[in-house]
Formats: sequence, structure tokens, C-alpha cells
Amino acid sequence: MSAGAHTTSLLRFLTAGSVDDGKSTLIGRLLYESGGVYEDQLASVRQFTAAKNEGLDLSLITDGLRAEREQAITIDVAYRYFSTTSRKFIIADAPGHEQYTRNMVTAASTADVGVILIDARKGVLEQTRRHAYIAWLLGIRCMLVAVNKMDLVNFECRTFLAICESFKQFAGLLEGTQTHFIPMSALLGDHVVHRSASMPWYGGPSLLELLETISIEDQRTRRCFRFPVQNVIRPNQDFRGYAGAILSGSVKPGQEVVALPSMQRTRIARVFLHRKDLAEAVAPQSVLLSLSDDLDLCRGDMLADPHDTPAVSHRVLANLIWMSQSPLRIGAPYVIKHTTQTLCGSVLRIFHKLDIHSLQPVETTTLRLNEIGKVEIEVHKPMFCEPYTANRAMGNFIVVDPADNSTVAGGMILDVCPSFAESALGPVSTYGGTPADQRLKGLTVWFTGLSGAGKTTIGNAVHTELLARGIRAEMLDGDTMRKHLNSDLGFSRKDRDENIRRIGFVAHLLTRNGIVVLVSAISPYRAVRDEVRNMIHNFLEVHVNAPLDVCEGRDPKGLYKRARAGEISGFTGIDDPYEAPLAPDLRCDTDQESIKASADKVVATIVRSLSEDKQGGTAQ
Amino acid sequence: MNSCRLSHLDTLEAESIYILREAAAEFSRPAMLYSVGKDSSVMLRLAEKAFYPARVPFPMLHIDTTYKFREMIEFRDRICRGLGVRLIVHTNHEAIAHGANPFRLGTGACCGLLKTRALLDALNTHRIDAAIGGARRDEEKSRAKERIFSSRDAFGQWDPKNQRPELWNLYNGRISSEQSMRVFPLSNWTELDVWQYIERDGIPVVPLYFAQEREMLVRGEQLIPFEHSMALLPGETPQKVMCRMRSLGCTYCTGAIRSHADTIAEIIKELQGFRRSERENRIIDHDQEGSMELKKREGYF
Ligand SMILES: Nc1nc2c(ncn2[C@@H]2O[C@H](COP(=O)(O)OP(=O)(O)O)[C@@H](O)[C@H]2O)c(=O)[nH]1
Repeated sequence: MSAGAHTTSLLRFLTAGSVDDGKSTLIGRLLYESGGVYEDQLASVRQFTAAKNEGLDLSLITDGLRAEREQAITIDVAYRYFSTTSRKFIIADAPGHEQYTRNMVTAASTADVGVILIDARKGVLEQTRRHAYIAWLLGIRCMLVAVNKMDLVNFECRTFLAICESFKQFAGLLEGTQTHFIPMSALLGDHVVHRSASMPWYGGPSLLELLETISIEDQRTRRCFRFPVQNVIRPNQDFRGYAGAILSGSVKPGQEVVALPSMQRTRIARVFLHRKDLAEAVAPQSVLLSLSDDLDLCRGDMLADPHDTPAVSHRVLANLIWMSQSPLRIGAPYVIKHTTQTLCGSVLRIFHKLDIHSLQPVETTTLRLNEIGKVEIEVHKPMFCEPYTANRAMGNFIVVDPADNSTVAGGMILDVCPSFAESALGPVSTYGGTPADQRLKGLTVWFTGLSGAGKTTIGNAVHTELLARGIRAEMLDGDTMRKHLNSDLGFSRKDRDENIRRIGFVAHLLTRNGIVVLVSAISPYRAVRDEVRNMIHNFLEVHVNAPLDVCEGRDPKGLYKRARAGEISGFTGIDDPYEAPLAPDLRCDTDQESIKASADKVVATIVRSLSEDKQGGTAQ
Repeated sequence: MNSCRLSHLDTLEAESIYILREAAAEFSRPAMLYSVGKDSSVMLRLAEKAFYPARVPFPMLHIDTTYKFREMIEFRDRICRGLGVRLIVHTNHEAIAHGANPFRLGTGACCGLLKTRALLDALNTHRIDAAIGGARRDEEKSRAKERIFSSRDAFGQWDPKNQRPELWNLYNGRISSEQSMRVFPLSNWTELDVWQYIERDGIPVVPLYFAQEREMLVRGEQLIPFEHSMALLPGETPQKVMCRMRSLGCTYCTGAIRSHADTIAEIIKELQGFRRSERENRIIDHDQEGSMELKKREGYF
């Protein structure tokens, strides 16, 4: 081991201030004095300042892109790094300029601590309050207020205390916030890294000393265990593990967990990090978990503490921070990324927005760039979530516009709408176009293939994507249909055919009403598939194909094992035939291509098919 | 229980593994850019960890300019074979046939053809929708604002003014069919973190990083490795110099530094006392103030 450097911890902080408060100078000095600036970088700063005939301008160290240098402003969040013997620091430097809300929010989203700059001559400004408020809104509960340019107010204690007082008055509104004040001259280096004799009345630590010692009680580890599944790791038939990052809490072998959304309970078998078996892992570690029961989990599912489960809901109340030039459209489909789930959703209504000057709510009908507002959101599949203030990682999400894939907003969950919590019925509204632009023709996309081939997984991915594009779509899953409409049917040839006929009939009804129907059913027999195909005017057959041994290896529901053991008879592929389609419209070889690749392919085919219909329609 | 138990390396490792797993889940055909250097070595180890006991689910892509050090190529082949990862090697043969080399074209134009062009061609040829690269934000000023998931237009170009906001650890991986993504799992690592991790995890690196007596051309402050039948200036002869490489590229563009650090521990000690950025010795970055940003806009990594 060298220099004991491996035991240092990591602290992320953001810096915020109005233009010319001295933020760049401060960061430059922190980096410079802690040895985070290299000689050659300094040389280029020297060169530049020499050209302007001034002293060494430390603010230039942090001045980034060419575009900014030309305009002499900072336009985007920049990340800087330095370390001391006890900590490694990541600075998220949020410029105080136009677009500052967007930048502040971005910087604050990953920070534990906020450093707020105030010019001693100007005191607490509207901007200062705004910065502190946004930092607080994003969950930062530790703020270091740097009262800068003390040299320009004769290092007067009075001025400093007056500023502290006025900040405290306001900070009283920011519940649960711990605040420290430091009188400083970034230019002279007083109280940045070292204490200084210039202000003998101040007995406290320098900014760096505070940053080095401040204990940010890590919220993550104190909360309940939450683990969204990121990837399923399945190297061979004998092992299935779930890869992911622990969002909060900790996990040990033997611990009881509940899987969402299925609500099945099981225990953690082992906790792996690469080749090591861990006795315990904590947030935010990325690990691999194996379970003592064979559950069929996929990306987006969640393992959680069974004694304190997160809310499961289609509807949430949230604060949205709008980050796009094009304003929020109520009712329009957006893609929402929350934990490892990708959902389609829309904003049902907007309650108010925040007046950024008064920090009071005001009425509005939309949200524009840099505006923050409270909204109600509905998504097509349930979210597993908690309020942001209770658990940051469980309460945040981003909103993506499917039209151009830009990130248009960040969201923080305030509450779960109670009437919809744990509703099994799904969302009430359907996303997608208004009747005016609804297509005349619908489409049925029939996914057929062996159990475990990937029909439902691909179908779900396609469903989300269609909704996101404003296409009305419904998913008819074989297992779900057997639970409801077809609960009286078994697995004889006659019953299987009847099962498919009924699903086909529902698909037909929906299709003729202009809906894209995604059917995921083994549907092993060719004859009845063809029968259904003939009933539906617009039909795509997708063969989801993987060799039997691959499906058997995956065995997501443990059915192959039971079939082999003779517990189930007439199981497709084992002791009942699967008649592969002779000429499917599309084939997804899931042993060779990723789910994403298959889903993309299907979506492209659907979109092509619908646009052909449309053209056909207008020609008439 | 407290994450204070996690060191900064543990935290960085967790974040990088998470990013790699996101890349594997969100893209159809991701590939990892494997440059054989120390950052690539760390990235490859993290990928191994992310998917173990399964294999790394994406191939390694190496852009071979044919002006690399022999040791790098040997090392590359040995490591990839050992791990059973698929390796794609891509070279801009056409440009080389037309006489592209750093001595004739100058380093800027040469890089444009043999690295940038070659990379974009390789991504097209193999229909790669996400290229995972080992760039770090601390390497160079223009990288300080780079996103972790950074989208590129149809020509592989980066628009620093039109980046997607990136909040929390929610990465927006959605791209249209003509766009592609760059993914940077080591964004938050510094050069020191990289070496500390290499030491902690016992990760193999190319021996060129360790100090040794080497044949060098000494031009002022610069030490240029004498390889690939480089043209000598009048009166110039290669000399034996005790030195090591701080970052690796093509032989001509990789300046060495005088050093006696011949172990990882020595390198870390050297770095902690260092006052020079690692790219300083790179000849390409010096052509023009802000040149790295220009290159990036054009599609260079
Ligand atoms: N007198 C004095 N000037 C300062 C201090 N800190 C910064 N400045 C000056 O204030 C101006 C703006 O500083 P800069 O760091 O660029 O501000 P930014 O816009 O917040 O990044 C520059 O001319 C600095 O030299 C300080 O503590 N005292």
C-alpha cells in the first residue's frame, strides 16, 4: 500500500454563486493550493494573463471550453477533482448564468454538500436565496456559506455577522438544513485552504478544513434495502444472478427480501462482487445477488425489504424541473426513467409553478425552460417508489421526449396518489393520440415461441416504446389471459386451441378499433394460429426463437425442470410439439441478439406497417 | 453500517460498474474501445467485474494506427485471449496505403485519418451504437463538461453546447438510428485513482509505463521513442535514457518522461509529487490551444 491513500473517502459538493462573486477564483485556489493544478496548466494560465497584463488569475484554471472563453462566461456544469490525504473531492461547478436553474439542478443532483458564495459587499441577494433553495429542493442538507471578498469590506466582523444573520433568517425555511459560515478572501487565499491572521475575530475552520471533516451522514445506508435489477446474469443453466447497484440500505446472505412487482418473498442466497463472496454489501455498491428460490426477475424489477416495501403505483405527485426549450405538453406521451425502469407516461395536470423570485407557488398551465412546478404524472406500468425527501434514489426520475430523445425534465416524487396505489387494473387513461390522429386500422402483433424464448420481455419493451411514440397499444399476455378470461382452460390440445381462439378474438376486437395489440402466447399449433391470422385484417407474426436447450437453460419459471421431473405433462417442447411458423413476418433469435435489438426490430416493423396503412388510407 | 467503510476507490468502482451495466442493457450493439493503456486496463477489469461469472457481453474495439508500440500489440492479444473477450482490430488501411504517417502529414492530420476517421469507420462497419471509452474528465479542460452518456450526431460529432442534461445516475441512452453514443465509465476517476486501483487490484499493465533505459530521441524537453524507422534530424542520434511513458499512444506522439519509477508504488509516489498533467508530453495536444476540444467535436475520443 502506498501512502495509505486507499482509505480516503469520497465527497461530492457543488459550488454556486452569482457572476463575479469569485467562484472560479475560489475553485482555482482550492485546486492550486491542494496541488490539483499541474505546472503546464498553470503555464497556460500565465500566458493568458500575461497577454492581458494582469496578475495570475486563478479563475482561468477552471475556465473550460473554447466557446466560453470566447464569451468569457461559464455555460455548463463542469466537474473538477482534487484530493487531500483524507478525502477525494468531486466539485460540480454550477455557473450562475442564464440556464442556471438547469445547471444548478444538474450539479446538485449528485452532490452531498453545497458551497454557496456570497459577495461580502452585496450580501444575501435574491440569487443567493434561489441557489440555496434549489440545492435544498434537490436534497442537499449541508450548506457551507462562503462570504467572499472580505478584503473589500476591511475584513469587518460586523459585515460578516449581518450577512450570516440574513441568510439564517431565510434558511429557517429550508427544513433540516445544517449551515456553516466562513468569512473568506478567495483572491488572497484567506480561509480557503489555510486559516488567516487577517480576521482574528474568526476562530473557525477554513473551507477546506470543513470539507475534509464534515460528516455527511450517508442517508443511503440508513434507509431500507432497495435493489433495482439492472441485468440478469446467466452464464449457464446452474446459475442465475441479478446485477445491480444497491440504492439504499444493506444486504447480507440469508436476508429476507420481497420481489416487486410479483410480491414474492425469498431470501438472498449469496452476495458477490466479482470473485468475492461478501458477508455484507451497502449502498451504493454494485453487486450481484443470487436468491434461494428461482424467481423470474428482469431488468426493472426490484428487491426490497419485506418489512417496509416501497409504494407501488401508476400515479405520483412530483416536482418537475423543466429543462427543454419546448414547454411541457399536458397529456402528451413522455418516456420516464426511474430506477432501472423505463416507462411511458404523461403529465395529467399541473398544480402550480414556483415563482423563482418570491419562491412562492403561482398558477400556470405549462412549464417552460428552467421552471419548476408541481404535477401529477401517470405511467403505464407501476413504479416502485418513495418520496424524494425520504429516499433520494427512489424518488428521482428523468423525463425524455420520445420525439427527439432529449432529456426534457428532472423529477422528484412528492407523494404517491393513494387511490391508485397497488391498483391491479393499470392506468385509467390511455396514452397516445387523440381520436383525430388515431389510425383507422389497428394491428395485431403475435409473438409465438417456446416458453422462455423471450416473448413477454420483448413484448413489454415494444409496448413501452409504442406508447412513448403516441401509438395506442395493448398487451395481451398468455399467462395473464389464462388467469382471467381463460381460467377455465387446461393444456389439452382442445383447450390450447380454445385459449388461442379467445385471445385472437379479443385481439380482433381491439385491432378493429385502431389499437396495436401485442399478443405474447406460446401458441404452439400452426393451424389455430393461421385461423386467428385469417380473422384479423392486419396481422404480424413474430417468431421469438431460441433453441430448446437455451430456453430450458433460462427456465425463468422453473417449468422445464418440473416438466422433466414429470410434474407437468404436455409441456411444449418436452412432451408436446411446437410447430414453428413457416413464414413469420419477423424472427427474433434471442440466443443471438439482445432484447433491445429484437425490440427495436419489431418496433421498426410496426411503425413501417402503420405508416403504409396510413398512406393506403389517404389514397382512398 | 455506514458507507464510510467504502473508500473512494470502492465508490468509483461501484459507479463505473453501474455505468457499464447500463450500457450493456440500453444498447443493441455496444463495444468497448480498448486502447491498451492503463485506463483501458482498468475499464476492462471493471467490465469483467460487472458481468462475472458471465463473460463481458460486448467486444473490444482497438483502433490500430500501425504506429503503436510492439509491446502494446503483444499485450493486447495476450490479455484479450486470456479473458476470452472478442477483439475487433480496425485500421485505416486506405489512408496508410496513401502514405498517411505522422512524419509526412504532421500529427494533427495523421491523427484525423488514422484515429478519428478509423474509429468512425469501425463504428459504422460494425454497426456499433454505443462506444464505451476510458476518457476521464480530469484529463483535459474540455472534458470537464463531458457527460457520462454523450450522444453524437450522424457524423460522430460532439456539440458541447447541445448536451443533454444528466441528473443523478439516470443516464438517457435513447438515440435515433443515425446517432450513436459514447459512454465514459471512468469519468470521475483521476490519474492517481487509476494507479491506486491498478495497485489494489493487481491489474496487469503494459511494461512501457515502468521506468527503464530506452532508446530515445532527445529534442529539447521532449523524449521521443526511437521506433518505426523515424527520420533523424541532422546530427541527431538516439540515446539511452532512463524513462517511462505516462500515457500511451502512437510511438511518435507518446512523449516519455524521465523517471526512475519502476513499480506501481513508485509511480503513485511520483504522481503525488507531480505538478504536470499527463497529456503534457503528448505531442498532439500541443499543436493548438484548445486543440483537444476541436478534435472531440470532430469525433476524436
Ligand atoms: N478583492 C477580491 N476580489 C475577488 C475575490 N474573489 C474573487 N475576486 C475577483 O472577482 C472577480 C470575479 O471572480 P471570478 O472568480 O471570475 O467570479 P465567478 O464569476 O464567480 O467565477 C475577479 O476579478 C476576481 O479576481 C476576493 O476574495 N477579493
